[in-house]
Amino acid sequence: MSVSSQLLINEGSMRSNRAVRRLGKLGLWLNPIFAYFFLWAPIVILVLFSFNESRSVASFTGFTLKWYNNILNNVMGAERAFSTEIMLNAFRNSLFVGTVATAIATVLGTMIALAMARGKFPGKKLIDGLLFLPVVIPEITQAISLAIFFKVAFDWIAIISGERIFPGFHSIIMAHVTFNISFVAIVVRARLADMDPQLEEAANDLGANPWQTFWRVTFPLILPGVISGALLAFTLSLDDFVITFFTSGVGTSTLPVFVYGLLKLTVTPEVNAISTIMMVLSTLLIGISLVLQGRSASRV
Amino acid sequence: MKNRWRRIRQDGVFLALPTILWLVIFFVLPLAVVLVFSFMSRGRGGVAIMPFTLDHYQRTFGVFFIILQRSIGLAALTTIVCLIVGYPLAFFISTRRRRIVQQITLFLVILPFWTNFLIRTYAWRILLGEEGTINGFLLSLGIISEALPLLNTQLAVLIGLVYGFLPFMVLPIYASVERFNFRYVDAAHDLGANDVRTFTRVVLPLTLPGVLAGCALVFIPSVGAFVTPDLLGGTKGLMIGNLINKQFGGSGNMPLGSALSIVMMAVVMISLLVYLFANRREARA
Repeated sequence: MSVSSQLLINEGSMRSNRAVRRLGKLGLWLNPIFAYFFLWAPIVILVLFSFNESRSVASFTGFTLKWYNNILNNVMGAERAFSTEIMLNAFRNSLFVGTVATAIATVLGTMIALAMARGKFPGKKLIDGLLFLPVVIPEITQAISLAIFFKVAFDWIAIISGERIFPGFHSIIMAHVTFNISFVAIVVRARLADMDPQLEEAANDLGANPWQTFWRVTFPLILPGVISGALLAFTLSLDDFVITFFTSGVGTSTLPVFVYGLLKLTVTPEVNAISTIMMVLSTLLIGISLVLQGRSASRV
Repeated sequence: MKNRWRRIRQDGVFLALPTILWLVIFFVLPLAVVLVFSFMSRGRGGVAIMPFTLDHYQRTFGVFFIILQRSIGLAALTTIVCLIVGYPLAFFISTRRRRIVQQITLFLVILPFWTNFLIRTYAWRILLGEEGTINGFLLSLGIISEALPLLNTQLAVLIGLVYGFLPFMVLPIYASVERFNFRYVDAAHDLGANDVRTFTRVVLPLTLPGVLAGCALVFIPSVGAFVTPDLLGGTKGLMIGNLINKQFGGSGNMPLGSALSIVMMAVVMISLLVYLFANRREARA
């Protein structure tokens, strides 16, 4: 190949390279615009139409607060099934389930995290798998397996003791603890991995017994991790719908289960208003918990 | 003293036991019950009775195969769309020069996801409905003369799934690109590689761990989706998660529901193994 034809090919490939680069640059600018629009448009629309004067969500006709007013006054358009009382009750149920499940899961998750980080025993790989699976398995699988399990267990209890147990807070809490343990363990283990094990050995050398060593050295050092894990568990618990839906009984619906019942109905401005309130509340809640987490982490 | 410390460490197993016991009772045992149920016959009220049968698996791969296929197809499509949208977005975020801009652009991806999944999915019902915002907008502009059927379609489910799981793609890729040293790009250019070659030979391989993690994190929950197809899919967008849910109602069939979940779990396990295998190969290369 002659030098000139070589140059010609280079010239051509450079021109195509320039075209590719221009196209790439254009794409890199258009993509974020599209992506952020896609991420935010539904939320903006939802909030906007909760203030829309007409019931339609096809066009915005004017500003009103009447849908929020309706919620406070127990009116939900044509659907009279709604009651503020039931919604607040569902919210209380959510808080109760979240608190109890978080407390149990935090203790169990921290214990296994400590055992895995400091203990020396066989089968750790297997336990790792056991802790990993609840995180990756689809929610619906876990939900129906717990639903079937509780049904079988309650049937057996009825046969043996003659007393019939129905699904309720106990089954929801047990289910929530189960999916929360892994998340607490992951967070606490990350904290333990950052911790210098020599600190514990030093405490031991200085004559502290293991109990003292744990409460005076280890626990204060991993506390931010434990708090983060607990906050994560509480958030997941408040947010969970699928698993709660399958394990709850009459009168023990949590807020997401109650909201699901509303969302299944047609689109109404009142539902938009409730959704907006919930959105603001959950954003505030997570924001506050992250700020607390940041504080507790920076204090140590 | 030293000895006692060591013994306590060995006794760590007692610290682990309560949690292991809990997970065995409330996680392993229920899955085992589902596995056994999936081979039993359907009794009155949809409960499981003897004798053992392979009926439900036959139906899963027979009449319900189309729904299994649709679930895997929609999940794969969701993963691809998330990758196409998410990769450049992660790139955009991590190449912002100022730290604060980087944090804000990342925060804008995460913030919508602090809202409950149900409500985020419901928002698309407002947009996609027959009398929804998109149809209203297009009709008022005169682009269409009658409302498009957007809600209760597979397209609606796809949009909902992409919307639901996009951050799971963006975050791991962002972490990879963040660590990527852009001097490699200059080096590749100096060595005569053009942009396409630089991307396929340098940038992509070095950010592949994030891409693989993102794909696994999007694909797995998409296959098992229940809320999204339930609120957006109607009968046309029915997925395997909805089919499983239906087996637990009044006229349900728990053994069939169990068999469907076992098959779904197998799909999830296979995709996890593919991910682990690809990741290991990637790490070795």
